[in-house]
Amino acid sequence: MRRRELFFAGMAAAAAGLWPRSEAKAQPQKGGRLHAIVQPEPSLLVLGLNLQSATQMVAGKIYQGLLTYDARLRPQPALATAWTISEDGLTYTFLLNRNVRWHDGQPFTADDVVFATTKFLPSTHPVARNNFSRVTTVEAPDPHVVVFRLAEPFSPFIMAFATGSAPMLPKHIYDGTDYRTNAANATPIGTGPFKFKQWKKGQYIQLTRNEDYWKPRQPYLDDIFFHVIPDASSRALALEDKTIDLASFSDIEPADVPRLRKRPYLEVTSRGYEYFSPLSWIEINHRVAPLGDKRFRQALMLALDRQFIADRIFFGQAKPAVGPISSTMRFFDARLPAYPYDPTRAETLLDSMGLTRDAAGRRATIKLLALPYGETWTRVAEYIRQALQKVGISIVLETVDAGAWAQRVANWEFELTLDFTYQLGDPAIGVSRTYISSNIRKGVLFSNTMGYRNSKIDELFAQAAIVSADHERAALYSQIQNILVDEVPVAWLVELQFPTIFNIHVHDLIVSSTGVNDSFDEAYRDAI
Amino acid sequence: MSEKMRWLFFITRRIAKGLLVVLIATVANFALIHLAPGDPAMVLAGEAGASDPQFIEQLHREFGLDRPFAQQLLIYVEQVASGNLGYSYRQQTGVAELILDRLPATLALTASGYLLALILGLSFGYVAATTRLRPVGEAITVIATLLYATPIFLTGLAGVLVFSVWLGWLPAFGSTSVGADLGGVEYAADYARHLLLPTLTLGLFYVAVYARLTRAGMLIVKDADFIKTARCKGLSPRRIHVAHMLRNALLPIITLAGIQAGQIVGGAVLVETIFAWPGIGRLAFDALLQRDYNVLLGVFLVSSIVVVIFNIVTDIAYTLIDPRIELLA
Repeated sequence: MRRRELFFAGMAAAAAGLWPRSEAKAQPQKGGRLHAIVQPEPSLLVLGLNLQSATQMVAGKIYQGLLTYDARLRPQPALATAWTISEDGLTYTFLLNRNVRWHDGQPFTADDVVFATTKFLPSTHPVARNNFSRVTTVEAPDPHVVVFRLAEPFSPFIMAFATGSAPMLPKHIYDGTDYRTNAANATPIGTGPFKFKQWKKGQYIQLTRNEDYWKPRQPYLDDIFFHVIPDASSRALALEDKTIDLASFSDIEPADVPRLRKRPYLEVTSRGYEYFSPLSWIEINHRVAPLGDKRFRQALMLALDRQFIADRIFFGQAKPAVGPISSTMRFFDARLPAYPYDPTRAETLLDSMGLTRDAAGRRATIKLLALPYGETWTRVAEYIRQALQKVGISIVLETVDAGAWAQRVANWEFELTLDFTYQLGDPAIGVSRTYISSNIRKGVLFSNTMGYRNSKIDELFAQAAIVSADHERAALYSQIQNILVDEVPVAWLVELQFPTIFNIHVHDLIVSSTGVNDSFDEAYRDAI
Repeated sequence: MSEKMRWLFFITRRIAKGLLVVLIATVANFALIHLAPGDPAMVLAGEAGASDPQFIEQLHREFGLDRPFAQQLLIYVEQVASGNLGYSYRQQTGVAELILDRLPATLALTASGYLLALILGLSFGYVAATTRLRPVGEAITVIATLLYATPIFLTGLAGVLVFSVWLGWLPAFGSTSVGADLGGVEYAADYARHLLLPTLTLGLFYVAVYARLTRAGMLIVKDADFIKTARCKGLSPRRIHVAHMLRNALLPIITLAGIQAGQIVGGAVLVETIFAWPGIGRLAFDALLQRDYNVLLGVFLVSSIVVVIFNIVTDIAYTLIDPRIELLA
């Protein structure tokens, strides 16, 4: 009988907070404040209305999803204490925790789950809209039981319940209102371990302990302050100054990380990003000659020294990428052939296309739209220009700001550009969107903006999302990876390993694959 | 025309002209901002790392971007004329509220930096022009030039490194000690401590300009006939320096001070960014990157009004310093 038993029953929840953690050296202390950096300043704290990365970090303490995911991306109980998936893969049943209250004292029930997943999120949240579009009915046979029925099997459905991708929202506040203009948006109400206290625009956001939290004795911290410090160098100094305890994602420029690593009072880790597994690449517009030719794209792969990019531009905060699925993700095929750094072979390929060097030594002139997300990306663009020049491809750099970049990429007005995306726990959620031809949609960011079409790939991705046995999925994703690595729809560069830098006096910040975006209900700091 | 009438006439004419300037500036700003590629919905999608057509369409409708350009402009001008600066959909707050919230911090920073630059600049320039010790004069010139030549972010970061990280005397960022819950005098002292480094960084940059203007303005009239006359009258050197030489050097300084004062509301984006100072410069800069049109237009509007006002004030100041200059509207 092939039935994936995922029952954790009440046991795990009862033991919440007492789970042994290898890194926990001491008994957690109650009290103290955490000073973290949030960058950029979020525009709104209601998860579901706003998906900005910064919002997810702050609001991840206020709101919760039904599940969290451990470092190996296995689902763990959160608001749901247990769940089952029917044998045909069509029915998902969640048992909810009975002791959960919203921050305003109202009980959290199955009605809230039904409301969030059938009404609120499908109307506001692109990721949830996609995931829950596969659902035919959501029912609450009991105040603490929710049943999702799918039209057809979708194996990664169990990955759709993270706080960021499906936050639970209070029905009693939002039902029947215009979600975006609801006055309650200024004071978000969730179920999380921390409550919204105040927001001094341009300065900081303060969250304070939820005394009524459903895990007994938790959280440990009294308050969390998220500081807005717009300058990257100043952020690094604030960590050295010890006024800030925590920086994450791309708060700190990679060039500053080696210096901070040497400070005895700071610790640097790249754990806690497994769910995101950010992968960077050169996005290639296949509609522009000669970029539509596979040989040209393979030459791009061969002409770039990815190890150099990882070591010298990201200062070790990155790892050369091999293909479309990050090595930190499930279904990554470790036997994939990697493109070596081989400019000579790149030149042979370019020669075979008839792209010979002209008098000035140029084979082709291509525009590269730089990614306006900090100095490091500018350096990556400059390196690419240098490296491609060696094989006779002349690169013209175009620099714009974030607004113009987004518009041009979404509308296919580019030749080459840099980009990185999150893989969101499962290739069917975060990877396929880049390569399948049904996602060639003008005006939409993070779609198949290259215009890459391969019906075999479309078919394999569709199949891999439906079959439920892991080994079958692995085989399908392996085929996908081999085809894509040969066709190079985008030229993968590096897997980003964002540094989380924190003061050694705070503990247990990173306990899941969503790292700093998780609830911090286990985090504590040493008594001063 | 009586003196009083002339003043009244002058002020009214200038205000009327000023209003016209503000209106033209508003329309021009509106057009320029909307000409820039990129739109707020796309920026939000970029930051979210996810997007679909429905998401973009929803935001467009909410931001009013689905209407034709001319209609959007008309709506905006009407709104502003009725004293309403509009709404920031991104921040879900009224623009006037956002600006008023940031105004005090910016005024504290720019005004204190401005005063510091004026006072130090005038003093240095005065000393450099009148000292008999050549090394002192030259040292002042060299230091002033060095301060002017050093990029502002370098001065700022060096200040943080020395006074916050190494010595631990001054806070590195922000405008108050977060979570300290101070009141009254303690709060003021805390605010002043936070204000010190940003003020120095901003002020020292402009010291050089004022110092050099003052020194040059004073030296240029050193051998003029009226100075010789004053000397012959037996006036003290100090009185000659202050009443005759310095007063002569003041006109170009007022011109510059007037221009700079107009920028007081625009804030100092760089300094505010380095020190995470919660001012208007940063508000405007973020709004620019995020294509938060209403906020950006609001800041532009307020600063264009301030520029107009300071232009009038500067013109009045000319006539007070130099009686040869007349008010002509």
